[in-house]
Amino acid sequence: MHPEELAERNIRRSRWYLLGGGLVFSAMAYVLGTLWFGAGPLPGVLAALIAAALTWTSYWESDRIVVASTGAVPADPDDHRRLHNLVESVSIAAGIPKPRVYVVRSDALNAFATGRDPEHAAVAVTTGLLENLDRQELEAVVAHEVSHVRNYDIRLMTVVAVIAGAIVLLADWSFRAVRWGGLSGSRRKADGVVPLLVIFGILMVILAPLGARIITSAVSRQREYLADVSGAHLTHNPRALADALRKISDSRGRVRNATHATAHLWIDAPLRPRRGRGTEGLSWYDRMFLTHPPIEERIHRLELLGA
Amino acid sequence: MIPGLIALGVLVVLILAIVAIYNRLVRLRNRVEESWAQIDVQLRRRHDLIPNLVETVKGYAAHEKGVFEEVTRARAAAVAAGGVQEQAQAELGLTRALRSLFAVAEAYPDLQASPNFLELQEELTATEDRISSARQFYNGAVRSYDDARETFPSNIVAGMFNFEEREYFEVDDPEIRDPVKVEF
Repeated sequence: MHPEELAERNIRRSRWYLLGGGLVFSAMAYVLGTLWFGAGPLPGVLAALIAAALTWTSYWESDRIVVASTGAVPADPDDHRRLHNLVESVSIAAGIPKPRVYVVRSDALNAFATGRDPEHAAVAVTTGLLENLDRQELEAVVAHEVSHVRNYDIRLMTVVAVIAGAIVLLADWSFRAVRWGGLSGSRRKADGVVPLLVIFGILMVILAPLGARIITSAVSRQREYLADVSGAHLTHNPRALADALRKISDSRGRVRNATHATAHLWIDAPLRPRRGRGTEGLSWYDRMFLTHPPIEERIHRLELLGA
Repeated sequence: MIPGLIALGVLVVLILAIVAIYNRLVRLRNRVEESWAQIDVQLRRRHDLIPNLVETVKGYAAHEKGVFEEVTRARAAAVAAGGVQEQAQAELGLTRALRSLFAVAEAYPDLQASPNFLELQEELTATEDRISSARQFYNGAVRSYDDARETFPSNIVAGMFNFEEREYFEVDDPEIRDPVKVEF
């Protein structure tokens, strides 16, 4: 598939996720607002409005928020000349403006891209990555990240992350509301809430965040393969990316500032447990929450390309 | 009455289709032109760096005259070149001349240690990278444009409005990596 078609499809998908996620979120806000805070649509509508405002700002400010939350600092053009040069040259090949370049101070070997479109994008790499990769491997990682930008993966993943985050947050609030006595109080009986609604509410609070995380992980897993392939295409060098992934996989360090909210943005899962790195030991349940495909499988696919 | 309406409807659909295809062809052609401009910028940057490089190397290896002459001649040819194919040939000549210059430089440790030389070398390498990236993007743009120009039904519209064929910026150099075929 052509990069433009890929990008258009991702833009369309982003819209659907935003719409669908927004609907799920609004429904949740409405049901939960009615349940915990009494009858009448006002609390629910209010919650939905606040959520919409939150989602909106996180969407437009996503790149800055993500960069700030990972502790990334702008890469100095003199100290990191090679990185700047590589990002620029790969961007030219991809036909996008050069993204802003950041460095994360960490021994871990990792990198990520973020933003809402190629005009507002940022690429960040860890200092560990800069120290341990040779020029071609670094170029391959940069190309992987630039592919995320060009293919509008960054927008799709940002949208998914923001929506999932909002749903998890809402469920979290609801749990707290229950703990503060919303459910068991006599007020609820007076309101005469339908039991069905209560069951629905409880199910939502449990299932929605679970579903949100499963969708985030699935979207991210699938994007990673694609970025590997497009990245290899940009540099004509699948072997270098395979080598880079191998080094990343063997590294010991972990990114300190990575959270569940940003885990799926990195080139390799930053929170993955260090022991038993393969997926053989994992149950189907754990597999659903993996933000990244097994690195061995990615290396294998790249080697097939290079052969 | 009804046949008239049908004819009108068909005409409207036809015109809309032609407009859409025409716009797409123009977009593709503009992308070819933009990406050529990108190549041009990088080539100019490269041409500008070379006199400095020659001066620097001369300071350390004055008697390697042949190489300097070769580089200067190749640069002049590249600056004077017009047309995509001619430019590609001239740049290839320049790349080879530069390669022999850097090979000569290997023999002079003082030169290898000179910050000025190292900086120029890094700049030239980066510029070469950008040229090769820009070339890759340009060739992709030309391929999309030519595909649209030659395939049905856009070839009819292309013929009506005289969309001309564009040349690939090709370099016949075995040392330049072949593109990897990737299918999604």
